[in-house]
Amino acid sequence: MNTAAPVVLEVKDLHAYLFTRWGVVRAVDGLSFAIREGETLGLVGESGCGKTMTGLAVLRLLPEPAGRIVRGQVLLEGEDLVTKSEAEMRQVRGRRISMILQDPQTSLNPVFTIGDQVVEALRMLHGDGARALSHRAEEALRSVKVAAPEQRMRAYPHQMSGGMKQRVVGAIAVAGEPRVLIADEPTTALDVTIQLQYLTLLKEIQARTRLAMLFITHDFGIVARMCDRVAVMYAGRIVESGPTRALFRAPRHPYTEALMASVPRMEASVERLPSIEGQPPSLHDLPAGCRFAPRCGYADDRCRREYPPTLPVGPAHEAACWRVEPSPPSR
Amino acid sequence: MARVEERIDVGFGPSPAAEAASRPRGDLARLPWISFFIIAVLIVVAVLAPLVAPHSPTEQSLPDKLTPPAWQEGGSTKHLLGTDILGRDVLSRLIYGARVSLIVAAAALLAGGGVGLMVGIVSGYLGGRVDSFLMRVVDATLTFPTILIALLLAVSLGQGLQTIAIAITVLIWARFARVVRGEVLAVKTRDFVALARVHGCSHLRIMAIHIVPNVLNTFMVLLTLHIGFVIIVEASLSFLGAGIPPPTPSWGQMVADGRSHIASAWWLAVVPGAAIMLVVLAFNLFGDWLRDWLDPRLRQV
Repeated sequence: MNTAAPVVLEVKDLHAYLFTRWGVVRAVDGLSFAIREGETLGLVGESGCGKTMTGLAVLRLLPEPAGRIVRGQVLLEGEDLVTKSEAEMRQVRGRRISMILQDPQTSLNPVFTIGDQVVEALRMLHGDGARALSHRAEEALRSVKVAAPEQRMRAYPHQMSGGMKQRVVGAIAVAGEPRVLIADEPTTALDVTIQLQYLTLLKEIQARTRLAMLFITHDFGIVARMCDRVAVMYAGRIVESGPTRALFRAPRHPYTEALMASVPRMEASVERLPSIEGQPPSLHDLPAGCRFAPRCGYADDRCRREYPPTLPVGPAHEAACWRVEPSPPSR
Repeated sequence: MARVEERIDVGFGPSPAAEAASRPRGDLARLPWISFFIIAVLIVVAVLAPLVAPHSPTEQSLPDKLTPPAWQEGGSTKHLLGTDILGRDVLSRLIYGARVSLIVAAAALLAGGGVGLMVGIVSGYLGGRVDSFLMRVVDATLTFPTILIALLLAVSLGQGLQTIAIAITVLIWARFARVVRGEVLAVKTRDFVALARVHGCSHLRIMAIHIVPNVLNTFMVLLTLHIGFVIIVEASLSFLGAGIPPPTPSWGQMVADGRSHIASAWWLAVVPGAAIMLVVLAFNLFGDWLRDWLDPRLRQV
C-alpha cells in the first residue's frame, strides 16, 4: 500500500452511545482508524459489535433521538465532522462521504423509475437542465455496467434483479464523486457469483476515483479480496488492525485467531468447525477489563481487571492484548 | 483476480419498451367502465344542472302532485321520474341534488384528506412525542359518534353547505391521519429513506419527495372509499333535518321527505336512495381499480 497517499478519513477516539430507556449502550467505545486515498479498510466483527453504528456515526446519522457522539473526532480531510451543524453535514453527505447499504431490495424507492432516482440524486449535486441530467444519469448507469441504460432508466426497481439494483445504488452513491465510500455489507443480499462481479466493480470504481473505502463486513473471504487493511472490532472497540496479509498470516489477538479458526477451509477436513464459546458481552454492561476475557482461553486476572493497551506487533500492525510481545516497528 | 464479463444484464421478462407497447390493450379491458360512466354522468349532470334539468327543482305545481314515474300508470313524459307532494319534478331535484352531494364531498375530502395526510406524515415520520400527542388527538376524534357530533355542529354553526362540509371534515381527518401514519411507519424504515439522508436530503425533502409518493397510493384509495362515506353522512344529516335547508334539493332530504309516503308514492324515497347507492358503489369500484393501477408492481400483472 502506498503509505505516502494522504489520509482522507481519520477517526480518533470516537465514542458513540445509544441512550435508551434501559440504559446506555456503548455501541462505539473509543474507536480510532485512518483511511488513505485509494485505500480500503475492512471493518470486521460479529453482529452487534458496533460496525454499522461506526458507519452511521461517521455520517452523523445515528438513530435519533437515542444516538449521540459523546467524545472523539471524525476528521474528513482534516475537518472535524463532529462539530459541524446539520446544514453543514448535508453538504458533506453524498458529496464527500457516501454509503451503500446491505439490501438492494429496499435501497431504491419503489414508486419511481431508476432514471428518476438517479436524476434526483444528480439534481442535488448539479444545477443542470433536465436533458443534461438524464444524460449524466445514463453515463452514471453505464459506469456501473448496467446494460442498455437508456432502457433501464424507464424500469422500476421491481423489474430489476438484486445485483442490478445494487449497481444502481452504487451509481447513485458515487454520483457525487465522494472522497469516502462506506459500504455496509453491500453484498450480503447478493448470491456469490453476483457478489464477485459487484466487488470487482467497486474495485474498478475505486481505482478510477481514488476514493477511500470503509468496508463493513463479517465475511473474511471478502476482506481478503477487497481490503488493504483490516480492523477487527469487538464490543465497540478495535482489538486488532493491520495489513490484510499480515493479519491473515499471523493474527495476534486471541479473538482474531478464534475468528480465523472458525472460517471453513477447503483443504482441512474437520468434523466440526471450531466456534467461539459464549456470547459477546452486552453493550449495556461491559466488563471492566478486556471485553473478550470471558470467552478467551488465555485470560488471566489482569485481563479481567484492566483493559489492555494497543501495542504495535509488526509493521502497521497493532493489537490490544496483554499477551502480545510489543515489537518495535521494524524499519 | 478473475476477469468478470464486462456487461451483465440479468434480464428477465420483456424489456420495458416491449411492455409499454403491449400495455394499452390489456389495460383498456380492465378499466372500470361502469363506475367511470356513473361518475362521469354524475359530474356532467351536476355541473350542467340548469341546462339538463327539465324543470326548476323548486317550482311547485300542485295539480301535478304525486305523479308517478313515466313508465307507471298515470305517469307522464313531462315528469320522467314523477313528482313529489308539492308537485316538484323528482328528476330535476335529483339533478340539482347531485350538486350538493358533489360539492360537500369535494370540500370535505379536500380539507379532511389534506389535514389527515399532513398529520399522518408528520406524526409517522417524526415519531416520539409528536406522534404520541397527535395519535391521542386522533383517538379522541375517532371516539366521537359521527352523526351526533355532526348534528351538534350543524345546530351550533347553523344549517348550510359550509356547516356540513366543516362537520364532515372534522369527522374524517382522523381516519386519514391514522392510516397514513401506519403506512409512513412502514416506509420510513426502508433503506432508501436512510440513503436519502446519506445523500444530504433534509427531513422536509424526504417527507415530500420520498414518503408522500409511497403513501399516495393508499391515500387515493382511502379518498375514493370515503367519497361514498361522505355522501352518506351528508344524506343522513339532511335526512335528520340538520343538513341543507329545505328549498335546496339534497338526496338525503328527498329520502327523508319520501319516507312517509313510501306506501303510496314509492318513487319519492326509492329514486334518491337508488341514486345514493349507485354513486357510492361507483366510487368504491373506482377506488379499488385505482389502488391496483397506482401500484407499479400490480400495473402489469
